[in-house]
This record gives sequence, structure tokens and C-alpha cells, in this order.
Amino acid sequence: MELNSKIPPGPLADKWDTAKFNLKLVNPSNKRKFEVIVVGAGLAGASAAATLGELGYNVSCFVFHDSPRRAHSIAAQGGINAAKNYQNDGDSIQRLFYDTIKGGDYRAREANVYRLAQLSVNIIDQCVAQGVPLAREYGGLLENRSFGGVQVSRTFYARGQTGQQLLLGAFQALERQIDLGRVKMYNRTEMLDLIVVDGEARGIVTRDLVSGAITSHSADAVVLATGGYANVFYLSTNAKASNATAIWRAYRRGAAFANPCYTQIHPTCIPQSGDYQSKLTLMSESLRNDGRIWVPKKKGDTRRPDQIPEAERDYYLERKYPSFGNLAPRDIASRGAKEVCDAGLGIGASGRGVYLDFADAIKRLGRETIEERYANLFEMYHDITAENPYEVPMRIYPAPHYTMGGLWVDYNLMSTIPGCFVLGEANFSDHGANRLGASALMQGLADGYFVIPYTIAEYLAGKLNKQAKPDPAAFKQVEDEVLQRVSRLVSANGKRSVDSFHRELGGITWDYCGMSRTAEGLRTAIGKIAELREVYWRDVKILGRNEEPNQALEKAGRVADFFELAELMCVDALHREESAGGHFRAEYQTPDGEALRDDEKFAYVAAWEFTGDGNQPKLNREPLEFENVHLSQRSYK
Amino acid sequence: MDLTLQVWRQASRDDKGGFVEYKATGISAEASFLEMLDVMNESLIEKGEIPIHFEHDCREGICGSCGMMINGVAHGPKKGTAACQLHMRSFNDGDTIRIEPWRARAFPVIKDLIVDRSPLDQIIQAGGYISANTGSAPEANMLLIPKPVQEKSMDAAACIQCGACVAQCPNGAAQLFTSAKVAHLGLLPQGQPERYGRVVRMVEVMEEMFGSCTNYGECEAVCPKEISIDFIARMNLDYLKAKFKGVEG
Amino acid sequence: MSWFLNFYRSAIGKKAMMALTGIILFGFVLVHMIGNLKLYMGAEAINHYGEFLRQVGGPVVPPYFVLWVARIVLLGAVLLHIVASWQLTQMNRKARPIDYGQRDAVAASYASRTMRWGGVLILLFVIYHILHFTTGDAHGNFIPGDVYHNMVTGFSVWWVSAIYIIANIALGFHLYHGLWSLFQSLGLNHPRFNSWRRNFATTFAWIITIGNISFPVAVLTGLVR
Ligand SMILES: Cc1cc2nc3c(=O)[nH]c(=O)nc-3n(C[C@H](O)[C@H](O)[C@H](O)COP(=O)(O)OP(=O)(O)OC[C@H]3O[C@@H](n4cnc5c(N)ncnc54)[C@H](O)[C@@H]3O)c2cc1C
Ligand code: HEM
Ligand code: HEM
Ligand code: SF4
Ligand code: F3S
Ligand code: FES
Repeated sequence: MELNSKIPPGPLADKWDTAKFNLKLVNPSNKRKFEVIVVGAGLAGASAAATLGELGYNVSCFVFHDSPRRAHSIAAQGGINAAKNYQNDGDSIQRLFYDTIKGGDYRAREANVYRLAQLSVNIIDQCVAQGVPLAREYGGLLENRSFGGVQVSRTFYARGQTGQQLLLGAFQALERQIDLGRVKMYNRTEMLDLIVVDGEARGIVTRDLVSGAITSHSADAVVLATGGYANVFYLSTNAKASNATAIWRAYRRGAAFANPCYTQIHPTCIPQSGDYQSKLTLMSESLRNDGRIWVPKKKGDTRRPDQIPEAERDYYLERKYPSFGNLAPRDIASRGAKEVCDAGLGIGASGRGVYLDFADAIKRLGRETIEERYANLFEMYHDITAENPYEVPMRIYPAPHYTMGGLWVDYNLMSTIPGCFVLGEANFSDHGANRLGASALMQGLADGYFVIPYTIAEYLAGKLNKQAKPDPAAFKQVEDEVLQRVSRLVSANGKRSVDSFHRELGGITWDYCGMSRTAEGLRTAIGKIAELREVYWRDVKILGRNEEPNQALEKAGRVADFFELAELMCVDALHREESAGGHFRAEYQTPDGEALRDDEKFAYVAAWEFTGDGNQPKLNREPLEFENVHLSQRSYK
Repeated sequence: MDLTLQVWRQASRDDKGGFVEYKATGISAEASFLEMLDVMNESLIEKGEIPIHFEHDCREGICGSCGMMINGVAHGPKKGTAACQLHMRSFNDGDTIRIEPWRARAFPVIKDLIVDRSPLDQIIQAGGYISANTGSAPEANMLLIPKPVQEKSMDAAACIQCGACVAQCPNGAAQLFTSAKVAHLGLLPQGQPERYGRVVRMVEVMEEMFGSCTNYGECEAVCPKEISIDFIARMNLDYLKAKFKGVEG
Repeated sequence: MSWFLNFYRSAIGKKAMMALTGIILFGFVLVHMIGNLKLYMGAEAINHYGEFLRQVGGPVVPPYFVLWVARIVLLGAVLLHIVASWQLTQMNRKARPIDYGQRDAVAASYASRTMRWGGVLILLFVIYHILHFTTGDAHGNFIPGDVYHNMVTGFSVWWVSAIYIIANIALGFHLYHGLWSLFQSLGLNHPRFNSWRRNFATTFAWIITIGNISFPVAVLTGLVR
């Protein structure tokens, strides 16, 4: 497999302009001759479908949700970055670019990240024009806040609902195109496979989640914007239905999967409260500005936290990182919590939690100040746990949150299957080994509103009047394969529920391929996953039929794919003998526990190629060249 | 805790359906309501019964997927929250909990507690947007929006399209939902050019499918985002003005 | 005017129509109640008042002219009010063909939930009332023109008074919700005066109910004889 990143020549700042000039165009009257399928209507998919509709393409958009407005993007709280420099605090496109590259631990493509920083500015303009009620100053101008530990205030937000408001903007634009008849919307329709004919993406096979009908849809290009795969861990901050099926099926049809081991664990989430726990809730990172993190020094200390004397508490972050203390970066804070809990010092019923204590801050600043800063977060915490953080310390624990890895795409966002484009969290493009806060929304919208509309034309222009005739046999074959898989699941007739398998799989990936990884652990995981997967196909129990709404069946297909993806994640993590961003190999760390990169050997994108069931996936490398930033060790001392 | 559940079971759109009683035992008070249903479902699967179908996704009150009548109240007894944010500590050991799907002509039951809420999308399609093609936007700070206006617009924009307002309204009216979108866009300067055409088109599509508002105020009381019925009055006035001006959809 | 017909076709238009006719009807019951207070000023005052209503407008217009105009307006208002409420009720019934096993009211007042039956009760009462005090058909001892006599003899029958009292309580409930609701229906909503809408409705619902109930009570207790 050849990885041609198609990065335009010339100076970094001019690359996107150069590309836009060189990309072919499709003239307006020809656009409607092209059928484009967009799978997913999160920020990336909805913005793409709406914009392609506006341009005049014949768009069909598929989501498994009952409405495009429910995509997981809706849940993003914090905000969206843009290099507007409204605060006059030294921000610029160059700085956003630099922060993103550095935050990604030098594992992202320069050209993509620079384009992202450039487009960030247009996103805000577009969203305001659509009526997204972003926060304002009293003078009526847009407000910003600082976020994600950078030194400038460049984050735009809409209360704690930034994702929702941005998604509503894109959703409304999409609904407008639906009304105009330029986009045909398929709700409650899940893509179960990609149809590739003569090496090109030519359509998808879907299952109607109400009737169970398996149907194929043909198109001149297929755009996947199906989100991330953090649910491979079972418990994550992602929405319950988020899954990897679309990209996994594309992988199996020939799209390379890049950097699957780059996953982000967020340090401040509400810990699991019992085995019934279904998902984890994110608490804003800002809490660490005033809260102190600690665990009891004694194992199995069951005293109430306020009865544990100061001398018997271990403020482990303050102890280990005297200069950064509780504000240590995400990955360090997350790993710190894991270490103390592994040592048996964790708190709460599950032993998987640490205290985030505001008692000192309340003493020092007064309850009012704390209320002013965190009232809504404290309330949310109280709602979920029934504990009052003003009186007892919060309990927090890290949780899987985001996946930087995804399908490999070139500068034009096209995967290694011609005609199959990948946008948003589903691709690997912009965040390297670690994503900065408030950058995912930016990427999703940049991809959908401003990149794909240009780059898809390049591909389609070449197809004008040369569109291949539909190939019913090829379509039928993929349909049959999907049907077989579905009937195999339905007829497995085992004893265990899908969830029980998913939970167990999540446990394995979390334990061995979570916050901290070792070669030995990863090998163990690969073995265990293979074993469990084998049991899965034999012993999974799915009641009901395919020809009816069947939530267990929906889950079953997704979990089956998670099994395969989990294995690839471990393989990737095992091969990457360095630590970078969210990928931490315990063997490769600096004396202070920092991620230790190996730029000599691993400054590349690992793009895995499917070689058939039971075969080792093939590793392809796209070297990363840094011409504009200097690679350095991230240091927090 | 141990509970008795009376759950509406309906295999498909055409099935007649009915209440079925289940015992949910050993439920933790810390579990969320949906987690309680998960546990119930695990035990049903074990017994070889088809699990209770209900819609859910984010489980943190923002996607609007979840929604069911819990003891006669949309989203259950806790104010200002969606069903997924309800926890079992709101109930007592030994309680009987009755769970039903949303009911409205426009929301046919698909299975068990899952209903088809696509008519709400149709209302948005009728005009719940600002026509601003990608790329045509002016510089964002060219437009000054007073903070109180933006805040009020945001109050309305917080709607998660869950349909609880329709479900709880004795008239099955979608007034709160529609008025929230009308206000979100109609309050903002960007939304002015289409303001009157928008309200006419959205109201007319809404009225084809839903009931009318007699100002019961039930919707506001169950709305997980506590959206105010003041927006309904605002929509009425905008609609009246639009008709007076002779604006057609 | 055509914009209005077009407007009326929508449910929001029908609601506005109910509000407008409701205002007319409210204006009537208020003035009617105030007029009836003349009962406390003695037979002559109220009989004279009745006579005045028949003669008002003269000599420009003949006797009964203004009265008939008022009657027509009122009748029209009642008809439109009822037709609109009937049409809306049908629409709302259709909107939920399958009812819940259980749906509790969480915010709706008793008054708001009884608008339809309350309205029917008021209608039945008005019919009876006209037969009773205007035409005298339902009055055993009716003397045309002697309003005072008709009222005193009418209300001294306990069950007649009971009908009046019950009907006026129903009217009170109807107004308690209706006088607030009409502001919503007409879009008259402003943070500054929203709390006044509630106060306005509550106050006038009480004034009208207490005022009207006082008449039968006054007769039954012998205060007026
Ligand atoms: C709790 C939380 C908070 C966050 N906060 C922030 C933040 O403040 N700032 C920030 O920048 N980022 C944040 N993120 C990250 C960000 O929200 C996501 O990365 C981003 O929204 C992903 O968007 P997307 O369009 O790629 O995919 P999604 O929004 O996940 O959309 C996926 C779409 O694909 C559809 N789909 C998927 N598979 C299929 C299939 N097989 N068939 C049919 N349809 C399918 C779904 O129906 C859906 O429409 C947060 C994430 C979480 C979990
Ligand atoms: C003196 C007599 C009456 C007065 C003063 C009166 C007044 C009102 C008012 C002010 C409203 C509120 C309108 C709004 O919300 O916009 C209302 C509503 C209503 N009225 Fe009456 N009304 C009277 C008689 C009747 C009668 C006779 C009926 C029916 C038979 C009736 C049925 C209703 C109904 C059903 C409503 C609620 C309609 C809705 O909100 O959609 N009313 N009334
Ligand atoms: C206890 C309270 C009331 C008393 C004592 C009362 C008394 C009277 C009397 C004496 C008349 C006859 C006047 C005449 O013919 O000169 C009358 C007429 C009338 N009343 Fe009342 N009334 C009361 C309440 C109401 C209410 C609540 C309504 C309406 C909801 C109402 C509606 C009417 C109407 C429509 C007429 C006929 C007017 C006409 O066309 O001549 N009344 N009332
Ligand atoms: S208005 Fe409230 S209840 Fe109605 S759909 Fe929106 S959020 Fe749900
Ligand atoms: S409950 Fe129904 S009647 Fe109106 S105020 Fe709400 S829509
Ligand atoms: S599951 Fe998303 S709002 Fe309840």
C-alpha cells in the first residue's frame, strides 16, 4: 500500500491556498450528476452534508440516530478554539498551529494542522451567521475563555453546551437542505459495510433499525464522519451508541487505520459507582485549579475523608510534581490516579477513585468564591452522586474520552480507498498523539464546512461522464455478506448478553491498553481478546429477530467490531516502542515519569492495513516531517 | 432496593401492546434510572425474554434521546432533568413504577418505549434555520449582540428536542418545542430577515401534526431544560404579526 | 379582514379569537355584576337601571336598539367562543388518540383543567338564566320590568340560588385561568408585567364570583327582601 499524503508544495502558510487553486472544480450544472453518501451527522457529517447540498451535489445522509441532531457531538461542553485573537493576547494562526502540534506530542502532520488553524477563523464566522448563540461580552462582542492549559484565551463557547449549539447550527443547515430536497436523510439507518468496486468506494450497505431491512446504496463518493471509538473501553465519556463499525468495515475493505493506540484519557470524571455503571460523566478540568487531589496513606482506610488527619493523606501529585502539583497535564494526572489505585489506595466502593478536595480552597477563598467559580459543576456532581462537594471531597477518576487514531487520510481527507473520505473524530488527521481541549469541535467543522467541499471535487471531477455503471453483482455480494453476519449473530443462541461481553472486553482494554501500557501487558491483552472473541461468537445471546427493532442485535454487531479494533489497538501500542501523548509505555519514560518519545524511530504515522481474518495486519509508515517546528521534550518542571 | 415495574411492552408499531409487570430486585440507589432498566434487561435476557427497548445515548441529559413517562410524569419526578439524569434514590424500596412511552398521534410507538419523533425534525425543516450558505458569512464580530439578547436566545436554544413537552401536554401540543426554536432564531439579529416567514411555516407544519396550546403550562414543568412558556406567547405574537403583515410561509 | 380569516384558520388564530371574545364576555359579566349591585340600593334603583338599559341611546336611536346591538355582539361572541373552543378541542383530542395509563398533572391548575366542562356549565347556566330573569319562562312569579321583585322572589327558592352559586363558582374558575391565559394567547408577555397578569386574573375572578354570589346569598339570608 502506498501512502501518498498529497501535501501541497510550498511554504506552510500557502499550502491550502495552493491546494485550493490546484484542486479541480465541478461546474454547477454537473454537480447534481454526482451522488454523495455522507455517513454520520455529527459536527463533521452534518456540516459536510449541508455544505455539499448547498453546492448542488445529490447527497444522502445516514445516521443510526432517530435525528441527526442527536450525534455525540451534542455532548461537548467546553468550547471551540479559533485563532481570532479577539483578546489581543498574542494569539495567531501560527500559535494555534504550534500549540496543536506540541499538544499532539509531535505526531501530527504539519500541513493539516496549519490548515486547521487557518480555517478555525472561518468556522466562528459561519456559526455566528447561522445563529449559534456564542457567549458575548456586555459590549456585544464575542467572549473567550482560556481552556486546555494554553497561554491565550481563544476558546469560544455557549454556556456548557458548546457542542450542542454548534451541532444545532449544522443540523439546521442540514434540515434546510433536506427541505430543499438536496439532501435525502436516512435516520435510524446504520451503515454495516462499505462497497468497494474496482478498488473504489461505490456505496454502502445499511440496516434499517426499525424493519431490519438490509439495503445497499450506491454513490460516486462515500464520506464517513462516524465519530470516535472510545467505547472500545466500554466505560467512557462517549455516548452509549458511539461505535467504530463504519470505519472498521472500511478498514476491512482496504482503508488503512492510523495510530489506533492514540487514545485520550481524561483525568477528571466521576468514578464508577457499581457494576451496573453504564457510562462515565466528565467533570470540567478547571476544577483542578482549586481542588487538591489526595488518597489515604493507609490501605483500606474506611474512615470518612474529613476524619483522616492531614498527616495520613497522600497528596501524590503535589508530592511527585512539586512545581505543577495538581495542575499537572492530563496524561500525568490520569496516570497518577491509576498508580495509587493500583497500589490499593483508591477510595470509594470500587477502590477506583481519588479525592478532589475543596476544603482548603473554601477555607482560603471562602465558600462564596468557590460557588461563583464552580456552582454548576458542583450541582451536577451533587445530582449524580448525592454528595455535597462543599462538605465532602469530590471523588474523581480518569476515563476514556477521545480517540486521536482513526482511518488514515491524505491532505484531501481521502482514505486509502479512492472515493472514501473520512472526517472528524473518525479520521486520524490533526491531533497527533494527544488532542488539546476544544480542538475536536474545530476539526470536525473545518473538515465538514471548509475542506471536503473543495477536496471532493478533485476526486469527482475525474469521474465526470466516466461514472462506472452500477455493478449489481458486487452490491449483492456485500449485502449477502452483511446478511450472513447478522444471521450468524442472531442464531448464535448462547448464554451471555452482548453487554456482558462488551464490559469484559472493556475491562481488558482498559487494564492493558489504557492509561499505561507495557509490552507484556499488551501481549496478554491480545491473547485475552482473541479468546474472548472466540467465546463471543459462540456464546452471545441475542433474542428476537433481525426483521424487527432489535437493540441487542445493533449492539452485537458493534461489539464484534470492537473486538477486532481492540486487538489492533494493542498491536499498534505494542509496536510503538516509545511514549507519546496519550500513548504511554511504562518502559519508555523520563526519570520524572514523562512520556519519552523516540523521534528517531517513531516519528511516523502507523497506518495498518487489513490482510484478512487471522492474519497479522500490515504496517505502513508515513514519515512525519517537521519543517516549521522544532521537536522538543515536553517538560512541566 | 426492590421494585415492581409496570412497563408498556409493544413488539412493533402495529402490535396492540400492554403493561407487563416485572420485579426489579437488588437495585442500587446510586444507579441511574436507565441503569436500573439495564439491570432489569440483563435479567430478562437471562430468562430468555426480549429486553425492554428504550432510547438513550448520551446519558447526561443533552442528546434528547431518552424519554418516557415515569409514574405519569414525563422524564419522571425530578424537575429539570431528563430520564437519564434521574437516579434511583428518588424512589423508595418497594415502590411500584409505571413506565410508558410518549403518547401522541405524531409519535407512533416503534417498540416498547421507543417512539418516532421525526415530526419534530419536520418542524425544523419547515423553517427552523437561518439561510446562510457556508462561506457567505461576514466577520463574526461585525455583528454586535447585546449580552441579554444572546442569553435569552441561549435559554431557548437549550432545547434538546426530547419531546417531553408534547408527551406531557394534555393537548399533545408541540408549542414549547416550536416556540423555543422560533425564539432562539427570532431573537437574534441574524434571524430577523426570515423571522416572520419562519414562524408561519413552522407553526403551520406543527399544527398539521400536533394539538393546540391552551396554556396548561405542563410542558414547562417537565422540560428538562426548563424552557419557559413565555416563548409560547412570543411565538403567538410573532405569528399574529406575520399574518397581519400578510406574510405567507 | 381577509388576513384575519386566514389567521383564524390556524389554531393560534382560533386561540386569539377565544381571547378576544373572552375579553368581550368578561367585560359584559363585569359590567353586569356592577349593574346588579344596584340591588343593594333598593328596588327603584335597579328597576330604573333596567329601564335605562332598554332606553339607552334615545332619542338618537329607538328604545331597545342599543340593547339589541349589545345582545347581538354578545351572542356573536359566545358563538365564536364556543365554536373555536369546540374546534380546538377536536384538534387536541385527535392529537392523542391513545391515552396514557397514567398521566399526572404537574403544573396545570384545576381551573385550567376544567375549562371545557366549566364552559359548558356556564353556557347551560346562561340559557337557564335568560329563561329565568329575561323571559321569565323559568320563573314562577315573574313581573316584566320589576327586576327587583324577580330577583328577590327568584333567589328565595333555595335550589335556584344554589344553581346561581354553583354556576358562578364555575365562572370564577373559568376566569381564573381564562383571564391569565388570554395574555399568553395574544402574545402579551413581558417580564415587567408578567406577575400582573396573574394578579389581574385572580383579582377579577374573585371580584366577579364574590359579587355575583352575594346576590342570592343576600336574598337567602334576608339581607335583601
Ligand atoms: C463528554 C465530552 C465532551 C467533549 N467536549 C469537547 C469540547 O469541549 N471541545 C471539543 O473540541 N471537543 C470535545 N469533545 C470531543 C468532540 O465532542 C468529538 O470529538 C466530536 O464531536 C466528534 O464529532 P464527529 O462529527 O466526528 O462525530 P459524532 O458527533 O460522534 O457523530 C457521529 C455520527 O455518525 C453516525 N454514525 C456512526 N456510525 C454510524 C453507522 N455505522 N451508520 C450510520 N451512522 C453512523 C452517528 O449517528 C452520528 O450522527 C468532547 C467529547 C466528549 C465525550
Ligand atoms: C361569560 C362567559 C365566558 C367568559 C367571560 C369566558 C372567558 C374566557 C376567556 C377569557 C378565555 C381564555 C381565552 C384564551 O386563553 O385566550 C376562555 C377560554 C375558554 N372558554 Fe370561555 N368564557 C365564557 C364562556 C364560555 C362558554 C359558554 C364556553 C363553552 C361552552 C367556554 C369555553 C371556553 C374554553 C373551552 C376555553 C379554553 C379554550 C382554550 O384555551 O383553548 N367559555 N374563556
Ligand atoms: C347572580 C348573578 C346574576 C344576577 C343576579 C343576574 C341578574 C340578571 C337579571 C335580573 C337580568 C335581566 C335584566 C333585564 O331583563 O332587565 C339578567 C340578564 C342577563 N344576564 Fe344575568 N345575572 C347574574 C349573572 C349572570 C352571569 C354570570 C351571566 C353570564 C355568564 C349573565 C348573563 C346574562 C344575560 C346574557 C342576560 C340577558 C341580557 C339581555 O339580553 O337582556 N348573568 N341577569
Ligand atoms: S422544549 Fe423542553 S421538553 Fe420540549 S423538546 Fe425541548 S427540551 Fe424537550
Ligand atoms: S402543556 Fe400544552 S397547553 Fe400549552 S402551555 Fe404547554 S403546550
Ligand atoms: S440519554 Fe441523552 S438526554 Fe437522556
